[in-house]
Order: sequence, then structure tokens, then C-alpha cells
Amino acid sequence: MSAIHVTTKINGDVVDYVCEADETLLDVLRNRLGLTGAKEGCSTGDCGACSVTIDGRLTCSCLVLGVEAEGCEIDTIEGMADGEALHPLQRKFLEHAALQCGICTPGILVAAKALLDTNPEPTETEVRFGLAGNLCRCTGYDKIVRAVMDAAQEMRRA
Amino acid sequence: MKEAAALLAKEKGSAFVLAGGTDLLVRLRTGFIEPDLLVDIKRIAATRSIQVTPGGFRIGAAVTGAELGEHAKLKKAWPGVVESANLIGSKQVQGRCTMVGNLCNASPAADSVPALVAAGAKVVIVGPKGKRTVPVEQVPVAPGRTSLKKGEIIESILLPKRLSRSGDAYLRFIPRTEMDIAVVGVAASVTLDAKGVCIDARVALGAVAPTVLLVPDAAKALIGTRMDDKALDALAAACSAACRPIDDKRGTREFRIKVAGVLARRAAQIARKRAGGR
Repeated sequence: MSAIHVTTKINGDVVDYVCEADETLLDVLRNRLGLTGAKEGCSTGDCGACSVTIDGRLTCSCLVLGVEAEGCEIDTIEGMADGEALHPLQRKFLEHAALQCGICTPGILVAAKALLDTNPEPTETEVRFGLAGNLCRCTGYDKIVRAVMDAAQEMRRA
Repeated sequence: MKEAAALLAKEKGSAFVLAGGTDLLVRLRTGFIEPDLLVDIKRIAATRSIQVTPGGFRIGAAVTGAELGEHAKLKKAWPGVVESANLIGSKQVQGRCTMVGNLCNASPAADSVPALVAAGAKVVIVGPKGKRTVPVEQVPVAPGRTSLKKGEIIESILLPKRLSRSGDAYLRFIPRTEMDIAVVGVAASVTLDAKGVCIDARVALGAVAPTVLLVPDAAKALIGTRMDDKALDALAAACSAACRPIDDKRGTREFRIKVAGVLARRAAQIARKRAGGR
């Protein structure tokens, strides 16, 4: 398979890249564009560590080919903070110590943001179901859920 | 669509259709397949929409699980079909996965397939010889194998128009609450008359045979009854009798046979309630 030119928008910026036809979007982000926030965990769509949104829709970037992103708008963890100012979710994760090794954290933040974008007032059950596609082997999830609930509350007040 | 089918037909090596990619990319990454050609059908307009037609609904092949769940009319008419598709994977997977992909992956444990079969859904297939329409249950022929011929692509799923006093439901057994593959899946669709007597039914089972099964005896157990305990017992017995499951670490043969009957009873009760029955 030969290299293909792709034009896309990542975190608001127009980005051009060339990739192989069978290369995943995750590999493109990490290896070609230096956006290493999305992590490779399982590479089968089970762990959610590679979560990004494509045209606003939460997806595993390991299950998307780089060439499929042509003309799409992609948002990654790198675009979450506003310069030096962390997103409320990011701040609350720090406050609640909702991470240990940190490998799952970018994916969980992206998934949590996607959840709060569509449901600003989720119940704890909705948070747990909303994050069911993100595995964390350190925290036992409770701190993550509390951080997301707390961030949601703060964002509603803002 | 014709061009896409022609590309697939022309390819001498291995060729695959890509829609959501949630199964295909896993197989690609693990080296299980080495395609010479991938045809992404998502940019073809016909595959991207859910249309309300005089005959019912026309769901494009690349419509995602998330989009099905957001379509109020579809959800109201065929709640069982939508809930079965929405059970697949995580939010991340829902953003990409499609019912046609679930069907063409041809897993005996596919969640949306029993619900589609119970609904009497058909698929529109485009190929080198034109279009043909076949019932969903005729697509999978064995685990991982379909009846589609070289160059053929499923363009859309047709769901019939919903009659009044009708309801459907899908239930599956998994050892956890989310993110798992069905050990047993059961879909039921029923239509009642004004007195609450079942006048039409279709029941389908997943994960208990090499392909999803339509169980006519299970439907017969319901039709003509008020879906009372006796009828539900007969339904459960018919479903258990139809099972030809494997025995594996996810569920023994005995367990799957028993659970098929239990879930059939529960699914039928939900379908009846959705049909307005008491």
C-alpha cells in the first residue's frame, strides 16, 4: 500500500500529513505529529487510552485509519487546556488524585469531556457507564468518578 | 455504491469493506487479515442516513450505534433493535460501530442480529449483478462467514413499518454489566390485537448456534395466546430446544440452553409491555 496525503483539522489547526493506507490514526498522531497524549493500550478498542473525538464523536483512535480523517475535525487531549489554564476536569483530577501511573488519564479526560458536553449533569451511574470504555488499573475508578462529578458541578456553576 | 462494488469485484487479492472498522481494524492490526484493498463506504451518502420511508425505515450501512440511539422515531418504533445495537462495546465503539458491520462480521454472538431477525429486517445488497434484497437471517452462514458474493456490499437495512400494538426487546446474558460478548442473546417482537391477544411474533436467539437462529416454534408458542405463564413456558421450552450451543469458558452448553429459555420469557414480557399489553 502506498502513502496517502491527508488534510485534517486537529485541535483547531489545519494539519497535513502523509501516512500509509493501513496506518492507524493513533500511530499518525503519536509517530508523525508528535501528539503523544493519546496512548496505545490494547490496540483493540477495549481500553480507551487512545480516545479522541472525531467531528465531536468520541472514538478510539486505534480503531480509525489515518486516511479516514481526511476533512475531519479531531480533538485530542493536547487541545483540552487553554494555554496554561487547565480544563476543570484536569484540575479536578489533580485535586482528587484521580490518577496514579497516568497512562489512562488522557483517554479518560477526553471521554469525560465528551460525556459532560452531552450530559452536563450526569448521575454517578451515568459517569460510570460513560467511562466504561476506559480502563484504569491503578485507581479503582472511585477517585476518577468523584473528580468527574466534582468537575461537572463546577462547570455547571460557571 | 456501484463503483465501490466494482472496485471490490475487480480486486484479485483480498478485499474488504470498511465502515466503522471496529472489527476490521482489530483483525488488520493483529495480522489476521492482510488486505490488498480496503473500500471505505462511509463517504457514500446512501450509507449515512436513517430514512423514514412508506415501508418503514431505511438505515444506511455506515450509520453508527450512537446515531441509532439518537434517532427518536426509530427508537420509538423499534426499541429492541436500537437497544441491541447500543449494547455493543463502549461509547468509543458506539461512535463508530454499525449494525451492518455487526451482521457481516458474522459472529454467532452479534448483539444486533437477533433483534434485526426478530424485527423481520431485510438488507439491500449492491453487487456486480445489481441490487437484491434478502432477509437478515440469510446473511450469516457460519461463524465469520456470510452469503455475500465477491463484489457485493450491503448498502442498507430495511426495517418494516411498525404496526400499532407492537413491541420488541433484546436481552443478553454477560457476566458483567458492560463491555462484553453475549453468552446468550434473545430478541422478541410481538403484535397484539385490541384484546391483548398476540397475533404475530418473531423470536431469535444469539450465541447458542453457529449462526443467529430464528425460532418459529417460539413464535407459535405465543401467537393466539395472551402471553400468559403457560404460553411463556412453552416459549421458553421452544427456545431451549432450538439451542445448539458450544461449551466454552464463557458458558457451558447446559447453561446456555437454560438461560435462552429464561431470557426469552423476560424479553417477550418486555416486548408485550412495549406493545401496550398488561
